[in-house]
This record gives sequence, structure tokens and C-alpha cells, in this order.
Amino acid sequence: MKANEMLEMRVVFGDALVELGRVNERVVVLDADVGSSTQSIRFKKHFPERFYQVGVAEQNMMGIAAGLAASGFIPFASAFAAFAARKACDQVSISIAYPRLNVKINGGYGGVSTGKAGATHQAFEDLAIMRAIPNMTVIAPADAVETKQAVFAAAEHAGPVYLRTVRCAVPAVFEEGHEFRIGRSYTLREGKDITLISTGMMTAKVLKACGILKDEGISARVIHMPTLKPIDEAAIIRASCETGKIITVENHGVIGGLGSAAAEVLTAHAPCHLRRLGVQDSFGESGDDEAFFSKYGMNVENIVKCAEDFLSISPSERKQRD
Amino acid sequence: MTPDIQDLQRRAAKIREAVLRTISHAGAGHTGGSLSAVEIMAALYFHAMRVDPLRPDWPERDRCILSKGHSSPVWYCALAEKGFFPYEKLKEFDRLDGMLQGHPDMLKTPGVDISGGSLGQGLSVGIGMALAGRALKKDFYVFVVMGDGELQEGQVWEAAMYAGFHKIHRLIAIVDYNKIQLTGRVAEVLDPEPLADKWRSFGWEVLECDGHDPAELAGKFDQARKTAVKPVVILAHTVKGSGVTFIADRAEWHARAPNQAELKLALAELEVKE
Repeated sequence: MKANEMLEMRVVFGDALVELGRVNERVVVLDADVGSSTQSIRFKKHFPERFYQVGVAEQNMMGIAAGLAASGFIPFASAFAAFAARKACDQVSISIAYPRLNVKINGGYGGVSTGKAGATHQAFEDLAIMRAIPNMTVIAPADAVETKQAVFAAAEHAGPVYLRTVRCAVPAVFEEGHEFRIGRSYTLREGKDITLISTGMMTAKVLKACGILKDEGISARVIHMPTLKPIDEAAIIRASCETGKIITVENHGVIGGLGSAAAEVLTAHAPCHLRRLGVQDSFGESGDDEAFFSKYGMNVENIVKCAEDFLSISPSERKQRD
Repeated sequence: MTPDIQDLQRRAAKIREAVLRTISHAGAGHTGGSLSAVEIMAALYFHAMRVDPLRPDWPERDRCILSKGHSSPVWYCALAEKGFFPYEKLKEFDRLDGMLQGHPDMLKTPGVDISGGSLGQGLSVGIGMALAGRALKKDFYVFVVMGDGELQEGQVWEAAMYAGFHKIHRLIAIVDYNKIQLTGRVAEVLDPEPLADKWRSFGWEVLECDGHDPAELAGKFDQARKTAVKPVVILAHTVKGSGVTFIADRAEWHARAPNQAELKLALAELEVKE
């Protein structure tokens, strides 16, 4: 993979399932009639006998996945994030997480990136819902390399996993040598003035913002947090102690996601000022992804401005620096 | 196998007594729905199901799912009678740190094949197990015991549609059709009738029987196991709180535990010694 190469995360996810299927015969895939969108359909082409088309019935799908897992299989149950989390929350919780069954749930089309479908199909609360369910591991990978590794890591992990992917093409953040591990964060830039913590596809934006800030003389640490649960507490505590101010950036609502998770760690261990970038307690709407990010204060410029404001750099100071 | 009807009746009587004692001892539990399913569970564990209490996780075993999880006492008592754990353990029902939770927990109780209690979820899990059996080329059966009120959950019909369409044939659902749910008569809350027609239209073989007659139940289970082309549902007509006149067919006993005096009265009626 080349630096900044754009790849569709859903395609990478579909291909990763196929690769995983080749090495692990216990892997089966379930789809709630969105496989051609989430690309889990790729698995069907290679392993039709291990692919279960459940139809538009997410709750039934989660139950069937639980039954398969209780009999020794490793089911990947795939749906749009909005429906996996919202419609099937009780089934995920009681049939899968409570008995700690080995089901991997793919919430495809997480956050903004839903092909302009708008509020009904956008999941800005899926990470919050899944994080609140006991026994659940929650992962939101940044790019193609990490998505593939996360699929394999999820299969190896004993117990339920929620793997959140997005529809759109995302820029490469990691090179092939990246070693994804559940529960680990990745400090991608060292910095001492402020820390930017991001998850999922937002890490690429944060890296860009960090570059702009650097040109302005601001030293920003960038921590990529692909695992929201269990979260890497030590990295957050260290950032608080070493840089003070922290900004979280997520393609999700600020309630219950990465921002909340960071706040939970900070209030318990190392309080500092925290600002949370993401959707502010609102439903989404149709529109281009980037236009959406701009309107909702989640693009590169917003991240830069948030950091500047946080560090109390006035527009005139900013001009002087320029 | 020819059912030993007398043995089934003896087992059912012991399970019924144990249910009353267990719930009364805990001071909590769903008496009505546990008593209505006594003969169903007795027929399952002492006639229809292939299980080995010494090997609760035996891969070849038939699976049982109590989708109406609030009736857990009747499951626990049947498991104790079958020898999965000592009768003494029934005193742990509903106790903190005990092995018998209010609703079934597969991580705590040997013989419990799936956790549950949020209504409507069991049939889907049963499909998953039956699909696993197919994929593994094993011949085990999956039995899912459901309540009639539970049929009001939408997920049940998602699952029914899937199982009928895919002809999941080692899947046997049993509806404990006791006609009463928490707030009143099922027919008044939300009537599931015509129930047999509903299941049939979803592609299921439908059998009906008196859910308190061990001979009829055993016969229907035998018939269900032989149906090799589609899933089977047994509509077992029962009486909520069956066996004790002052509990039977009363909605107020859905989630009530008998106190000491009531237990005494009930046991006297069952003609067992205290």
C-alpha cells in the first residue's frame, strides 16, 4: 500500500473475510441483505456453503449467529451499523454478549459515510451502544491495512467483537508492517502542546491537521485509538500528564463514543481539559461526506481551529505565525 | 422407543413438586408458566432428548432452549431430576452467587444450552444450532420451548419465516399454549389465533396435543423427530399453573411465589409429604 492511497474500506473488509475464510474453516458469514453494499458478498462467492443470507431481519441474524457460535463456529454477522446496533441491540446483548459467544459483528456503513442515505442509515450511536454492552470488544480501524488485521484479530479473539467499518474510500494511514493488536493505541506523532486522539477513518484527517498545526509551531501528539473497548487507558493518562489539553475526533456522536470513553478515563485518573469533535447530539442528514464533515465541524480545518482555540491562539497571532 | 408413561408421570410429579418448593424457597419465580410446562419438560428429558448429564457439553447431544426463560424453575428442576446437578442446588435459585439465575445462564448452569429470557430470541438461536448441525453433518435435534405470549415478539416470525423457507428439519418448537400472559388472557391482550394456520403458512409442520398428557407429548415428539422435510411446531395446550387448583388458570400467578402456607396447601393437593 502506498502512502495516502485511497481504498474502500468495505472492499477491504470483504476481501479480508475471504482470506480469513481460507485459513479458518470455522469462519462463517451472515448477511442481512446488505452484503452487496458491505461487500461481505465476496465471501459468498468463495464459500457459498458457509454464507448465510438471512434477509432483512437483523434480530434473527444475531440469534442465528449466536446458535452457530454456541456450536463451535466463528460467525461474522454483517449489517449496516445503524441496524446492527439499533435494531438488534437486545439480541446482541442477550443472545451474544451475555453468554460471551464468539460472534463478530460487522457494522458496515458506520457514521457519516452512507452514500447520502441520510439520518435513518447513519450510525452515530453504534459505538456508544456496543461499548455499553458488557463483554463486548469494540474496534474501529483507520484504513485498509488495519481493517484487514482487525478482521483476523477479531477471529482470534475469544468472545464477541463489534467491528465498525465505513463505506467510503479512506486514505492509507499505516504501512503493511503495522501490527494491530486489540486494546492497543498507536502514537503516530509525538507532541507536547496538545494531544489529538482519534478513531476509525478520522485518524487520517487528524494527521493532516497535525501537519498544519506543526507549520504553525504547534506540537500536537496524535494517538490513533482503534479499540474503543477495552480502551488504552495508559496512553490517555500519559497524554493528559504530558500535554494537558486533549481533543477527541470521531465519526460518531460525542455522546458515548471515543470522546466519552476518554472523558471516563480522564475523570478517574488524570483530569485535564477535553474537547470532543464529532456529531453533537444530533441526527444526520443527506449530503456529500466532506460537506457533512464541514457542516458538523469534523473536517481538517475544524480540528485545526479547535486546537488553536483550545490553546487560545487568536486569529491575529495565527496570522503572525503565518 | 416406546415411552414408559408411568415413568414420565412419576418424573412430572417430582418436577412439579420441585418447582413449587424451589420457587417458594426463593420467594420469587414464575409459578404459572413453570407448572404449565412440567409435562413438556419431563417428556423432553425423559423421552425425546438424547442427552448425557455426565457430559453436558457432549457435541452429539440434542439441544434444549427455553425461550420462555422466565419459566427457568421448571428447566432447573427437570435438569436436577435428570441428574445434571444435585437437587440440593435448587436452593440456589435466584441467589446471588448461586448457579441458578432467575433467567437461564449457560455459563453458570450445566445443561443450559443457551442463556436467555428476553422474549422472542430462542427460536433464532435454535436455527443457528440446527444450521451448525447441518454443517457439521451431525444428527442432533434442537428443541425450543416457547410461550404463547412470547409469540407476540416480531423476531419469532422472522425466525419462523427463515426456518420454514430453508426447511430446517431438525428444529422442533414447542409452544406452551397456556393462554395467559402477565397482564391477562392472551386472547384479550393480543390473540395469536389462528395459530396453527400461522405456523403452517410459514412452512412448518404443525402438531397439536394436550400438553399435560405424557403419552400424547411423547407421541408428538416421536412424530416430530421423524419429520425429515421441514421444521415442526407442537402446539401443546396447557393450563397455566397446572396441578394446583388455587394457582391454575390465574393470571395473578404468572410471577408470584407461593408462601409457606400456600406451599403447604399445594403439596397437600399433590399428595406429597412435606
